[in-house]
Amino acid sequence: MKRTRCLVLLVMGLGLSQASSARLNVFACEPEWASLAKALGGELIAATSATTARQDPHRIEARPSLIAKVRRADLLVCNGAELEIGWLPMLQRQAGNRKVLPGQAGYFEAAEQVERLGIPEKVDRSMGDVHASGNPHVHLDPRRVLKIASALSERLMSLDPSNTGHYRSRLDDFTHHWQQALERWQRIAEPLKGARVVVYHQDWDYLFDWLQIVKAGSLEPKPGLPATAGHLAKLRQSLMEEPASAIVYTRYQNPKAAQRLSQLTGIAALELPYTVGGGEGVTDLFSLFDETLKRLLQVVP
Amino acid sequence: MYFRISIATALSLVLGSATAVAAKGEGFNPAISLILDGRFNAYDNETDYELPGFMLGGEAGRGEEGFHLGHNELVISANVDDLFYGKMTAVVADHEGETEVELEEAFIETLALGSGLTVKGGRFFSAIGYLNQQHPHSWDFADAPLIYRGLFGDQLRDDGLQVSWVAATETYLKLGGEITRGERFPAGGASRGGKGAGSLFVKIGGDIGASQAWQIGFSHWQADIEDRTSAGHHHDSGAAEVPAYSGDSRISGIDFVWKWAPDGNAGERSLKLQAEYFIRDEAGRVIMDDGSDTPESTTYDGEQKGWYLQTVYQFIPRWRVGLRYDRLDSDNRGSDGAVLSEAGLDNEGHTPERVTLMGDYAHSEYSRLRLQYAKDDSYEEADNILTLQYIMSLGSHGAHRF
Repeated sequence: MKRTRCLVLLVMGLGLSQASSARLNVFACEPEWASLAKALGGELIAATSATTARQDPHRIEARPSLIAKVRRADLLVCNGAELEIGWLPMLQRQAGNRKVLPGQAGYFEAAEQVERLGIPEKVDRSMGDVHASGNPHVHLDPRRVLKIASALSERLMSLDPSNTGHYRSRLDDFTHHWQQALERWQRIAEPLKGARVVVYHQDWDYLFDWLQIVKAGSLEPKPGLPATAGHLAKLRQSLMEEPASAIVYTRYQNPKAAQRLSQLTGIAALELPYTVGGGEGVTDLFSLFDETLKRLLQVVP
Repeated sequence: MYFRISIATALSLVLGSATAVAAKGEGFNPAISLILDGRFNAYDNETDYELPGFMLGGEAGRGEEGFHLGHNELVISANVDDLFYGKMTAVVADHEGETEVELEEAFIETLALGSGLTVKGGRFFSAIGYLNQQHPHSWDFADAPLIYRGLFGDQLRDDGLQVSWVAATETYLKLGGEITRGERFPAGGASRGGKGAGSLFVKIGGDIGASQAWQIGFSHWQADIEDRTSAGHHHDSGAAEVPAYSGDSRISGIDFVWKWAPDGNAGERSLKLQAEYFIRDEAGRVIMDDGSDTPESTTYDGEQKGWYLQTVYQFIPRWRVGLRYDRLDSDNRGSDGAVLSEAGLDNEGHTPERVTLMGDYAHSEYSRLRLQYAKDDSYEEADNILTLQYIMSLGSHGAHRF
C-alpha cells in the first residue's frame, strides 16, 4: 500500500516535471536542422541533434541514447528523402512515442518541403547508393532553406499555437536576415559560376545548382562506395583533359582519397564545412554559407 | 543510402500483387527483402556433434559439412496502418532432400500506443539477451555462441505476446515482459493451456561522449515443460532413444555491449565489444523414450551456464576482423547417472570451450563475404572448423538494431 502511494507520487512527480518545462522538445536528425529549429523557436524550444558534422548521416546506429531522445521528443526535424532510412524508422518503432511517427504533426521532413534534384528514372543497387526520392542533401541551397524555414515555422505554430506570435516574428526576422545574406552570397559567389569542382559524394549538388558550379567528377565510383585506385586513375585522366579548380570533401569523409587525387593532379583538395559545426566558426546556417563561400573563393580564381 | 530497387517490383509481381507501388514516392509498401546465405564448412572430426552436459534442441549443431545453404530468408514488412506494424520472415531450407518453408517470425506490433508502450503479438524472437533478437544475417560470426546453442537451440523464439515500455528518461531504460506458448525448444509441451513460458527483461543504455555507446541488459525466462525432446548422447549400439524432459526451467542472463567509433563515425574504423552470460536451472524428470511402455527414467536437477566474449574491429572501410571466446559449464544430478548420461546430461568432466577467429569483407552494405576459423572444444576431441560464408541482401533492407 505504502509502496503504491510512493509510485503514484513518483509518477505524478514525473508528470509535473514534464509539465513545468513547457518548451518544445525538438529532436533534429542533423545539425543543420537543429540550428534552423533553434533560429525559429528561440527560447521556446530545446533542440538537440542526433548527429554531428563528424558523422555520416547515412550511417548512424539506432543507439539506446537516441531511442531515449526520440521517446521524449515533441517534434522530429529530419532531412527525409530516405537519408535516415537506415536508422530513423528503427528509432521511431522502438521509442513508443506516437507524436513523432510519420504522418503526425510531430514529424517534419525538410526535403519533403522542396523540389529535389536527381530523382532517378530507375533505381538499381548496381548504381550504388541512389535514393528513389532524389538527392536528399537539400540544405546547401539557401533558397530551399528559406522554404523549409517557413514550413517548419508553421509546424511549430501548429504544435504550440499559444505562441504563434513568437514563432511568426522569429520567422520574419530570420527571413529578413536570410534574404539579405542571400543577396550578399550571390554577389560574392559570382566568380564561382561555371567553375569545375570534383566532389567526394553527391552532397554538393544543391550548392552547385544554386551557384552554377559544374561537377567535374566524384571520388566515389558510385554513390556510397569508397574510392578505389582504379577509379582515381580514371578521374585523373579526365581531369588532365579538362581540369578542375578544387576537390571538395567534408569532415565525416576520409580526406585521403581527395589528397591523393590532389597529388596526382595538382588540384587543391578543400575541406568544406557541409553542416553546422563542420568548421571553425561555423555555428549556424549563416556562418555555414559564409564559410563555404569563403573557402571556395580561396581556390577558385 | 537505402533505396527501393526493381527487385522489389519483380517480387511483388511474382507475389501477384500490385502493392509495391511507391507510397508517397518514398518506398514500396510492403518492404520486401531477400537474404541469401551460403556456406562451405570443413571439419576435422567425423563424429556427431554434441555438447556434454546440455540437451541439444532447436537448430543446435555445427551445420553440414561441405557446401550448403544457410539462412535464406524472405522478409516482408510494413506499417499495416497508423496503429500497427507487421512483419513476416520465411526461411526456405532443404531438409533431407525436401524444400521446406518455415515461418521464422510473423508478428504485429503497435506503433502508436504512446507513453513509451509497445505491444507485440505473434511469433517473434524473444527480447532476452543481446544477440537473441538479431537475425543471424546480422551476427558478426557465422554461428551462434555456444551458450545460445546449448540453452536455446541457437535462438529463443516463440508464439505469444510481448509488452515493453521505454521510460521518458535521459538514460535509455526499457522494461518488458513476454508470455508465450512454450512449445518450442527450450520449452516444450505448451503447458498451462498454451501459455507455458514467460520472460522479463530490462535494458539500460547510453552514450559516453560522441565516440562510445553502451547497453546492459538483464533477462529472465522460465517455463513449465512437458516432454521436451532433444538429441541424446550418441552411441552406436542399442535402439534409438529420445530423451524427454518434464519439469520447470529458469534461465537468467546478463548481457553487455559497447561500441566505439572515432567521433561516432563508423565509416572508417569501429570497435565492438560484446559479452553475455546465462545460467539455467532445471528440476524435474527425464525419461528415455524408446517406444516401450516402461522406459528408463531419472530425476534430474541441473544447472548449466556459460558465457562468451567477442570483439569485432573494423580497421579500414569494408574490412573487419573478430575474435570470440566461448565457455560453458554444467552440474547435473539425478537418481540414475546412466540415464542422465544417455540423455546427454553427463558432462563427462568436460567444460566446452571454443575460440573463433573471423575476417569479413563487405563490398557494400548489402554484401558480405566471411572467412571463419574455430578451434572447437565442445566435446572431448577438439575440432578445427573452417567456414566460408556469403550473406547478401536484396530489396529494401530495413534498419538494424543497435
